[in-house]
Amino acid sequence: MNLDWKVFLNDDGGGRTYLEWMIQSWGWTLSVALGAYVVAMVVGVLVGTVRTLPNSPWLVKLGNAWVELFRNIPLLVQLFLWYFVVPKIFPAMQKVPGFALVVVALGLFTSARIAEQVRAGIQALPKGQRYAASAMGFTTWQSYRYVLLPMCMRIIMPPLTSETMNMLKNSSVAFAVSVAELTWFYTQAAEETSRGVEIFLGVTALYIFSAFVVNRIMAYIEKKIQIPGFIVAGGTGGGH
Amino acid sequence: MGGLDLSFVNWEIISKFVVNGFWFSVQLTIIATLGGIALGTVLALMRLSGNKVLALPATIYVNGMRSIPLVMVILGFFLLMPFLIGRPIGAELSAIITFVAFEAAYFSEIMRAGIQSIPRGQVHAGQAVGMTYSQNMRLIVLPQAFRNMLPILLTQTIILFQDTSLVYAIGAYDLLKGFTTAGKIYGRPEEAYILAAVVYFVICFGLSYMVKKLQAKIAIVR
Repeated sequence: MNLDWKVFLNDDGGGRTYLEWMIQSWGWTLSVALGAYVVAMVVGVLVGTVRTLPNSPWLVKLGNAWVELFRNIPLLVQLFLWYFVVPKIFPAMQKVPGFALVVVALGLFTSARIAEQVRAGIQALPKGQRYAASAMGFTTWQSYRYVLLPMCMRIIMPPLTSETMNMLKNSSVAFAVSVAELTWFYTQAAEETSRGVEIFLGVTALYIFSAFVVNRIMAYIEKKIQIPGFIVAGGTGGGH
Repeated sequence: MGGLDLSFVNWEIISKFVVNGFWFSVQLTIIATLGGIALGTVLALMRLSGNKVLALPATIYVNGMRSIPLVMVILGFFLLMPFLIGRPIGAELSAIITFVAFEAAYFSEIMRAGIQSIPRGQVHAGQAVGMTYSQNMRLIVLPQAFRNMLPILLTQTIILFQDTSLVYAIGAYDLLKGFTTAGKIYGRPEEAYILAAVVYFVICFGLSYMVKKLQAKIAIVR
């Protein structure tokens, strides 16, 4: 098979080359992933923490329900629910741009996984840490704020790394609602240029490169903040 | 609920549109799980063989597959196959091949962890009684690795079942497609998405509940 890499320099009919278009799509992929990461971390840490509260059985149940709900429906179906169904039920949502809905969908989907890791991380801490905090006269809020959460966040870094990389890969479902990210670029450009192989290799290379960079950054953070003597907590692998 | 009406659903619609799709999703899940575990175990053994010629390609394959989105692999394989073999293959067959190849990378990582969880002493004991490499693997290491990893393998299967919805990208007729087709024909697309979500939720929630039970059972035996 002959590869013709010059296809990336061709004009796409809108005054930019396919290479430029691909780089812009890469930007959308990274934006979706980053936005969803922020949503997932904020909601995930909150829900995960709530699930370990000592004296609030209803909040714990609510947190567990949240995790089960967002974990047991396929991401693509959740995306369609946010994109097609929610605006129909709440007409006020019709003005929200598709990009924001994708960020919310991917963010909440991932929040369930992060909540699971935060819960596991907090429960993996020795009981003595919670008792020590109470003995010092800390309120529940203070013991989470100053003792449990700082420890938990540091020991769950390794599983969070793989979630961060999943985020990048999962952002690809956004193509289904025509957000102009890499996978969508691939479907469009492969069709327009009939050079599917080259476009595929280019897009794949960008995904692998992004995953590699994220992995290195997270590995650096992991190394900087790891707690000596604590083994990794959190769930066991799985997922994409 | 502004304008939603679920009353259009009846058994006839379900059996006409959804059952076929559901059956394909189940088939895809089972074939991809069995094929993925088989291929994944081979990849894991290659990586653990200590032989660079075997280990390197397996490592590149597994890490490569794990850094590309599944949707890209599904789309790529479907669109590129005609170039490679000269004629298009159906979306369903394409999906099955893609899922086996893709899931093998994930199952390989699980099996690798499982094999490594078996104490070295057992392998040495096998060698001491004169077992060959394949006897050792087949009779001692793999059965235990498999049992230790069973809950994780099943959890991965549930994730796989959810991921089968991504064959949407190439238009294969799966559970989700069954609902969206019915929704389109009866002019109720939003309701169809909600029903699809409910069905996926019930199946996945039920399965993960069963895995949890199984995990507790296995934990006692060990």
